[in-house]
Amino acid sequence: MTVSPEYTDYTIGEPLTDSAAPAGPIHERWDKRRFEAKLVNPANRRKHTVIVVGTGLAGGSAGATLAEQGYHVVQFCYQDSPRRAHSIAAQGGINAAKNYRNDGDSVHRLFYDTVKGGDFRARESNVHRLAQISVEIIDQCVAQGVPFAREYGGLLDTRSFGGVQVSRTFYARGQTGQQLLLGAYQALSRQIAAGNVEMHPRTEMLDLIVVDGRARGIVARDLITGRIDTYFADAVVLASGGYGNVFYLSTNAMNSNATAVWRAHRRGAYFANPCFTQIHPTCIPRTGDHQSKLTLMSESLRNDGRIWVPRAKGDDRPPNRIPEDERDYYLERIYPSFGNLVPRDIASRAAKNVCDEGRGVGPGGQGVYLDFADAIERMGRKAVEAKYGNLFDMYQRITDEDPYEVPMRIYPAVHYTMGGLWVDYDLQTTVPGLFAIGEANFSDHGANRLGASALMQGLADGYFVLPATINDYLARHPHQEPVTTGHPAVQEVLAETEDRLNLLLAVDGDRTPDSFHRELGELMWEFCGMARTDAGLRKALERIPQIREEFWRRIKVPGTGEEFNQSLEKANRIVDYLELAELMCLDALHRAESCGGHFREESQTPDGEAARRDDEFAYAAAWEFTGTGSAPALHREDLVFEYVHPTQRSYA
Amino acid sequence: MKLTLRVWRQKNAGAEGAMSTYEVDGISPDMSFLEMLDVLNERLILAGEEPVAFDHDCREGICGACSLVINGDAHGPERTTTCQLHMRSFRDGDTIDVEPWRASAFPVIKDLVVDRSAFDRIIQAGGYVTAPTGSAPEAHATPVPKADADFAFEHAECIGCGACVAACPNGAAMLFTSAKVNHLNVLPQGAPERETRVLDMVAQMDAEGFGGCTLAGECATACPKGIPLVSITSMNKEWLRATRKAAGGR
Repeated sequence: MTVSPEYTDYTIGEPLTDSAAPAGPIHERWDKRRFEAKLVNPANRRKHTVIVVGTGLAGGSAGATLAEQGYHVVQFCYQDSPRRAHSIAAQGGINAAKNYRNDGDSVHRLFYDTVKGGDFRARESNVHRLAQISVEIIDQCVAQGVPFAREYGGLLDTRSFGGVQVSRTFYARGQTGQQLLLGAYQALSRQIAAGNVEMHPRTEMLDLIVVDGRARGIVARDLITGRIDTYFADAVVLASGGYGNVFYLSTNAMNSNATAVWRAHRRGAYFANPCFTQIHPTCIPRTGDHQSKLTLMSESLRNDGRIWVPRAKGDDRPPNRIPEDERDYYLERIYPSFGNLVPRDIASRAAKNVCDEGRGVGPGGQGVYLDFADAIERMGRKAVEAKYGNLFDMYQRITDEDPYEVPMRIYPAVHYTMGGLWVDYDLQTTVPGLFAIGEANFSDHGANRLGASALMQGLADGYFVLPATINDYLARHPHQEPVTTGHPAVQEVLAETEDRLNLLLAVDGDRTPDSFHRELGELMWEFCGMARTDAGLRKALERIPQIREEFWRRIKVPGTGEEFNQSLEKANRIVDYLELAELMCLDALHRAESCGGHFREESQTPDGEAARRDDEFAYAAAWEFTGTGSAPALHREDLVFEYVHPTQRSYA
Repeated sequence: MKLTLRVWRQKNAGAEGAMSTYEVDGISPDMSFLEMLDVLNERLILAGEEPVAFDHDCREGICGACSLVINGDAHGPERTTTCQLHMRSFRDGDTIDVEPWRASAFPVIKDLVVDRSAFDRIIQAGGYVTAPTGSAPEAHATPVPKADADFAFEHAECIGCGACVAACPNGAAMLFTSAKVNHLNVLPQGAPERETRVLDMVAQMDAEGFGGCTLAGECATACPKGIPLVSITSMNKEWLRATRKAAGGR
């Protein structure tokens, strides 16, 4: 290891290569890998236990499918039921290269759009496989009874989504995530009833157990009794979602958290591209300091809604009083060919820019209009209601404004994290036997995820990719020594976990967990949000260790560890946010280029668009943990583009 | 706004519970009901008291976790989930009662948190289509009439919150069960298991200790997703049909 000449706060480790990806023509790689992967004899599968953490689209589909294959699955979720995982809140839809519209779509086009949309920071092999599998996902979900929207002829309806020019998004009104999740949940329920899945709801993973270099289990806490237990397996799958809640305010569920991935990172799994976070352009603006979370309005609204702000600064007339020629439909003006359907990162930044210019609307000038007046005129109110009714209702409930009469106000909010645990083509992390799927990994979306692609990736990983690749690992390690609680490595993890919780309870300070979470979130939003600078990130990196120090001095957690204690749950998650946030800022600082959702003000084109620096940064940054507050090591995985030639993205 | 809250406090499943009174001040009408409880909890923590435990997660009305009986109504005065209820639905100076779901099949875990795992077991009994991964035919192989697809969707919208049970004078779970039966039974994909599904799910529902249905209709009034009362009638038809068929009729 050598010390980086530019920054002293990290070291450069060995370059990383994805040894699982086969060579050859890209459209043959997945078939080739599936053929070369070793299989486990069906009769032997029940002898293998696989732990799955999380029951969202990725975890639910993986647990069900592994159990169908004959494995013994032990599964966990912090919610009271696997049906409540946050995938349920995804609204818009799921992409698939079915080309039912005959509009020129194909696997290759979905692959191309996704690599380009990700601003050339994703691995080609993975993205191509995702596009190939997309068509099977729709078949699978329809077979489960997922009630997708249909045409009068009884065939499936589709719509278009940001960043693409074909209509490949399948949807179930504004509740696509809910319907797909219930499909996976029902498949999982069937396996629970059959005794193939041992389900532990209201149980949260607190650490990973690594024995002789392999992932062999987890430490988890029963949230009702507070009991901390160990669970052992032949492989561990993390499907615990993203880490957007580092920002405090996000569209994530209140209890979505980063503990599973961060604890795995501390045990040896590299964390890739932590600074790649997605700020979604169409969320309901915050109304005050009491705000506990932000609510997304589906991106599908941009299909028919038109985004605008007043031309003049400080124009505070009601929107209906502002004449057409005094409005600036800025996305249509700047990006005439994609208009309101530019990718999310571009739409978000454009909204920030007009608000920074003083042309924002609503309280504090932190909002832009999303106007359906033209759509209602063109399609009629009934058609708009049929397409977006539930979203309009939700908007009205939250804001007390009627979007059929007054344009919606929207503002960007943290929504998704493209970064995550580094995985190879098999979705295996750098800890053998530890796999990461769905939003928990970093693999498919590069620096920006396209709309309707999260559901696609979660289900691709869970239904099709992991069940094929985990076979290979289990077949190669058929007779692992049983692990018991008495093993020194297990005792160590258990003791660390108990100590951490006991310390949280013992401090008895004068600040609530939420107050620290809010402080950290505000810092991250300011310095590691939509626009980032060298100076700002350095400021954040200086401040985070101070907050962490203060946290351990002043935190107040009431109650005990041996009971249902939501304050303790929260405080323990913040412990991990306070470390992860630092790595996010460091990653953002080291990547002195703009790409996708990562916009460095120092690196932009004359028009203010993100300027990538492929000569220096065409790699995935995989970070190795070396200790809290100690300089992490950066391992670079160079990205090779054989099929999609990197260009400056243009949506003009 | 200044409000008086009377909140159900119960240490754990085995403990006796009681209503406790709290004053909260500085509440904005734009706050959600849960954000108002956040304000209370922050204050309780700093005062060295235990915060009020309640289930919540997405806070956008779709995960089905939140579950409060507010002034005697499941999810409160508006037809929505508790997390989507805003303080503008109340008046300054109001006294508000906050209780957990009350039903013998939903035992209290702590304060306002109840155990709804009975719902999971009803789904496990048959609320699925047997379609193991990899076995699916091409999606367009079986067209589904739009009316059937819409009917299925309307019932599939159920978020499993349990408001129907909490609102029912008998503590019945008919609306929850019928929503899933109707969603799957109307679709061609659900047809092969049509009879076993309804029989097994209803049997499980009864075994969980939910009450009987007297068509009081409170469930459909409380349902934040608008699952209609006729859903129960449709399930009863399905159940009768399946029972006759099992007995050798047609």
